[in-house]
Amino acid sequence: MDATALKQALQQKFGELAWQYSESPRGQRRLVIPADQLHKYLEFLRHDCGFDALLDITCVDYLHYRGAKDRFGLVYLMGTSTSGERLVVRCFLNEPNLKIASVVPLWEGANWLEREVFDMFGIQFEGHPDLRRVLLPEEFAGFPLRKDYPLRGRGERHNFERITRNQS
Amino acid sequence: MDVSVPENVMVTKLDSLASWCRKNSLWPMPFATACCGIELMATGASKHDVARFGAEVFRFSPRQCDLMIVAGRVVMKMLPVLQRIWLQMPEPKWCISMGACASTGGVFDTYSVVQGIDRFIPVDMYVPGCPPRPEQLIQAIIDLQAKIQREGTLMGKEFLTEARQQPKRALLDIVSPQGSPRPEPLPIVPNVGV
Repeated sequence: MDATALKQALQQKFGELAWQYSESPRGQRRLVIPADQLHKYLEFLRHDCGFDALLDITCVDYLHYRGAKDRFGLVYLMGTSTSGERLVVRCFLNEPNLKIASVVPLWEGANWLEREVFDMFGIQFEGHPDLRRVLLPEEFAGFPLRKDYPLRGRGERHNFERITRNQS
Repeated sequence: MDVSVPENVMVTKLDSLASWCRKNSLWPMPFATACCGIELMATGASKHDVARFGAEVFRFSPRQCDLMIVAGRVVMKMLPVLQRIWLQMPEPKWCISMGACASTGGVFDTYSVVQGIDRFIPVDMYVPGCPPRPEQLIQAIIDLQAKIQREGTLMGKEFLTEARQQPKRALLDIVSPQGSPRPEPLPIVPNVGV
């Protein structure tokens, strides 16, 4: 499905109100969608437009970013296994409502990707089967890739018992 | 009174003999987490051949080792594992902190990286470098051997904390420069807990 066909399909399905489509000079396609409608768009892209491969889910914190209106930008990278097309789907989230529907029902592979975004940014994926931390220790407090998290942490790296020669 | 012994008999102290045996058969536990681990492998391989110094028997079970070589950065999720492995190693044991990251955290001054393993486990030798050359690691092993020979005892008296807490001479020169009175060294308590 090329760019014009994709735009037509989206227009037929959803009209021309909410979504914004843009294309970079190098042909990278990007779709920006309001967070509350994201799931039905992703469902459409998955089932009707052939984007059967979810390549990555990641997040950007725009705190203190020049000209940014929203706090978090959630990024879904997807592709088709038949024609190798790529598409970037984005939506924006703001505190305190950092909730978004999980896409595990659409792509099984989203499981750990969403756990990682939860681990690092604290985005809550509703309907996720097992939303736990995946990289950091379970008792870790805070979300270290947020821009308001101090680079050197809050003392987690020093919070251990010291073993001396007498004890060992 | 003359006492004659045969030519092939040598007289020494038991402590010295024990240290001599130990220093020449260090069994390293490779705790390799990063690029220093590659240099550690190179040190063990044929070109640099740490077997020349009796430390070639890398074992992956801490229960068979007496020298832990921490090669690479240790993150806070890894540190409890490191401590557990250290506690599982039998006495007498030594630790080499290899490279900038293991010694100080190196360039990784972030929330997750431990800023020097000596904050949490005892360390005998530090090897600078990023990563250190195999020659540097070999030098550290040679220095450690000299240290074992110098202060090693049969019953491991040198591992008593009171004795070890005596400030190191090099450190004293920084804290109180030459000429100024030095603090009295702590008394070495007699051997306990053999």
